[in-house]
Amino acid sequence: MTQNRPPRWKRMLEWDKRPLRLDSFSEESPEDGFAVLHSPFDPAPGLKVGPKGDVLEMDGRKAADFDILDAFIAAHHIDVSVAKEAMELDSTLVARMLVDVNVSRTELERLARGMTPAKLAEVVGKLSALEVTFAYSKMRQRHSPGNQAHVTNAKDDPLQLAADSAIAVALGFDEIETTMRVAGNAWANALACTVGAAVGRGSTLFQCSIEEAEELKIGLAGLATYAETVSVYGSERSFVDGDDTPWSKTFLTAAYASRGIKARCTSGAGAELLMGYHEQRSVLYLEARCLCLQRAMGVQGTQNGGIDGAPLTASMPGGVRELMAENLLAVWLGLECASGNDTRTSESEIRIGAKITPYLLAGSDLITSGFGSIRAYDNSFNPSLFNAEEMEDYLVLQRDFEVDGGLAPLEEEKALHARSQAVEALADVLDELGLATADADMKNSVIFASGSEDTETFTPRRTLQISRDIAARGLTALDVVKALALRGRRDMAENLMSMLRQRISGDYLQTSAVVRDGRVISAVNEPNNYSGPGTGYRMNQPRWDRVKAVRGTINRSHVLAAEGNHEPPTGSAQLYSIGIAAKGEDPHEVVIGISPAFGDRLHCTTAGHAVSEVLDALTKGVLEGGGMPRVVRIRHTADTSFLGLSAAHLAGSGYGIGVQAKGTAIIHQMDRLPHMNLELFSNAPLVSLEQYRAMGRNAGRMTWGETPEPIIVTNNGQALGARFHPRVALLYAIETEMTEPGAEPEEMFFASPERNA
Amino acid sequence: MSSDARNLYPLSEKAPHLVRSKTGLRLEDFTVDAVLEGRVGAQDLAISPAVLRLQADIARATGRDRLAENFERAAELVAVPQETLLNTYELLRPGRARSAEELRAQAALMRRDYGATRIAAMIEEAADVCERRGLFTKRF
Repeated sequence: MTQNRPPRWKRMLEWDKRPLRLDSFSEESPEDGFAVLHSPFDPAPGLKVGPKGDVLEMDGRKAADFDILDAFIAAHHIDVSVAKEAMELDSTLVARMLVDVNVSRTELERLARGMTPAKLAEVVGKLSALEVTFAYSKMRQRHSPGNQAHVTNAKDDPLQLAADSAIAVALGFDEIETTMRVAGNAWANALACTVGAAVGRGSTLFQCSIEEAEELKIGLAGLATYAETVSVYGSERSFVDGDDTPWSKTFLTAAYASRGIKARCTSGAGAELLMGYHEQRSVLYLEARCLCLQRAMGVQGTQNGGIDGAPLTASMPGGVRELMAENLLAVWLGLECASGNDTRTSESEIRIGAKITPYLLAGSDLITSGFGSIRAYDNSFNPSLFNAEEMEDYLVLQRDFEVDGGLAPLEEEKALHARSQAVEALADVLDELGLATADADMKNSVIFASGSEDTETFTPRRTLQISRDIAARGLTALDVVKALALRGRRDMAENLMSMLRQRISGDYLQTSAVVRDGRVISAVNEPNNYSGPGTGYRMNQPRWDRVKAVRGTINRSHVLAAEGNHEPPTGSAQLYSIGIAAKGEDPHEVVIGISPAFGDRLHCTTAGHAVSEVLDALTKGVLEGGGMPRVVRIRHTADTSFLGLSAAHLAGSGYGIGVQAKGTAIIHQMDRLPHMNLELFSNAPLVSLEQYRAMGRNAGRMTWGETPEPIIVTNNGQALGARFHPRVALLYAIETEMTEPGAEPEEMFFASPERNA
Repeated sequence: MSSDARNLYPLSEKAPHLVRSKTGLRLEDFTVDAVLEGRVGAQDLAISPAVLRLQADIARATGRDRLAENFERAAELVAVPQETLLNTYELLRPGRARSAEELRAQAALMRRDYGATRIAAMIEEAADVCERRGLFTKRF
């Protein structure tokens, strides 16, 4: 049976092995709920309002047939004072208004309050991915972008949670969200993150994600400041299966506010599909219902853009465009938006990087609603779009586009200092409160750990006991403040106290509020005012200086310093100038023309060879090929072709080799055009000493009229430009700086090791 | 209060004199020393109805009337004990109440004991819609 299998195209077999092939891709089929921006089963937008201002019919359904979502939306979302005007506007016109810098955000928000879910979905469905991105940058609520971190680990280890919270705060995350593998560990998690977040710049909003009632209790104890698990769904039956109704969630939202706790809803494309009750509607229409409901509930914000359903939505054609379109709906409705990008939607790093890019360009209240600030295997929510593994990639993307993704690089020394402070402080608090004792080995293993696989810490049973004791003894954030102060950690006690003080003023309950350096910043005191170039958020110079300072940047002094380390060891080959070089007469003479800085200010090629070794290999090769090597320093040029050509003109054979300090080498012949060389090693970082020797050998053989096989330096696709070009440009600038127009070539005495001997 | 309310925000910076905890403490009373000396306790970590109403004014002044209504409902819930709060939430979840009457009774209790008229109206609305949609079926 297998013998007749047709041969496969090898390219296809290679593609089969790409991580992308692990992703699944689904076809559109609206009858099964697989429809992204529009389904033929979506209702047409429509609204009928009675004389008393009550909604009689909405999106094709009469009031008597309203399900729980329709009923709530009609009663609390639809602003009848603007509904007629808004519903009569042509949807394409409204879509154009969304991308028109001359139409203000507040005017568009006013109109949204009069639009039904179907109308809102129809409008954003008219925007391309680029237009959605642009509209989002205009409509998002807070002026400056922010970001949220997941801080969890596979062991629910409190010491590691404290260390990783401190890191999240130091990186600049505005919110930290934790959850646990074992529900009973919730209190230990909350206490550990509370302590860790108090290290450094002054704490941050913090959430412990667990069942609603328990979350409220933890919040009440001051061990959490916001809640994000107020999930809503776009169809009645999925809502009920989610174990809530619009009224229970509205009540819960008010309950959180009544305890001074910030809350946001969760919804997102694909949830209803996963729960089996999609009603054949498009995911965008169902999400529009969720978002109208959220505005109606009076919640300040949402996390949407797929969330758990993101991979399912991303599997559909146009799915990623839809995810951002629903984020746009959220901000258009005046909601804070934690714009998803939490669940990892692909195995392809290219799809991951592409997914985040429009959000980085547009900015968002919280660009991800959960960046895995910890290793992917430690992420108890499941891996995020970005995790600790890719943290530096994200930091570089910010630098590439000159955008603020909410984070800034963190030096290793500062990171270790923060980790150690957090771990020691938590150990002190646990000890002071009589909860547990962490020994030095445990603490050290956590401070230096990348993830929980590296730690020697509390046993799972011990952690569970800590958590139970916190709950049973009714410990609160004030006990933590006290313990920190008693152990001489006054600054951390003050940081935590300042967060607790915020609870009394309720300032962070307002839309898009975050706490930065002890100050509340929200859409009220710092609203997004984008109205075209010259307006809106731009990083100020100090912020940009921090954001762009990624690890491993180089400049001229770094390059020169590195060269200093590559000076040839004593006793090795040396170069001595011995006067002006004249034209040679030996018919087999090959001149090796070295560049101005070769072995003078620059000593190392980009492949890491000492230049003296390269020269040694070339001269040996020429001899092996039957040629007579002569070394000449060319001083009027540093260009490879002209080095080679100048050398060739000096050689008795008419054949010359040109070589730059960075290692680029060429064989040239005197009567050829400058760029018509005989052999060229252009990818210097890949050239071995053996290959230089072979090049020399070929040049030698050419003087005998032979045509040797050219030496092939294989390149297996490395991005050499990315790896080497900054260094190459700086090295080459040093070479060109040393050139002197009209300077004569110098005869060099090359004291190779053999000659030294 | 109209657009002026925006000038009060953030209260902690612009109008700290208007802020009192549920127990009557001022912002400046919340210090580490006060905690160490036992002058601030867990019961003091509570927002007051007056502050929530101020935040409602601020929200309304920025064009967020629904958020303002949420803060006003929240103001009504400040005095509601934790257990009652959780029980009421539980009762509003699908299938917990066996009939609309059970919800209406809870609404009456919230109105009578806590003066929570907005909350009561919301519970009654839930009773009406859930009754029409048949959502009083037992779920577990």
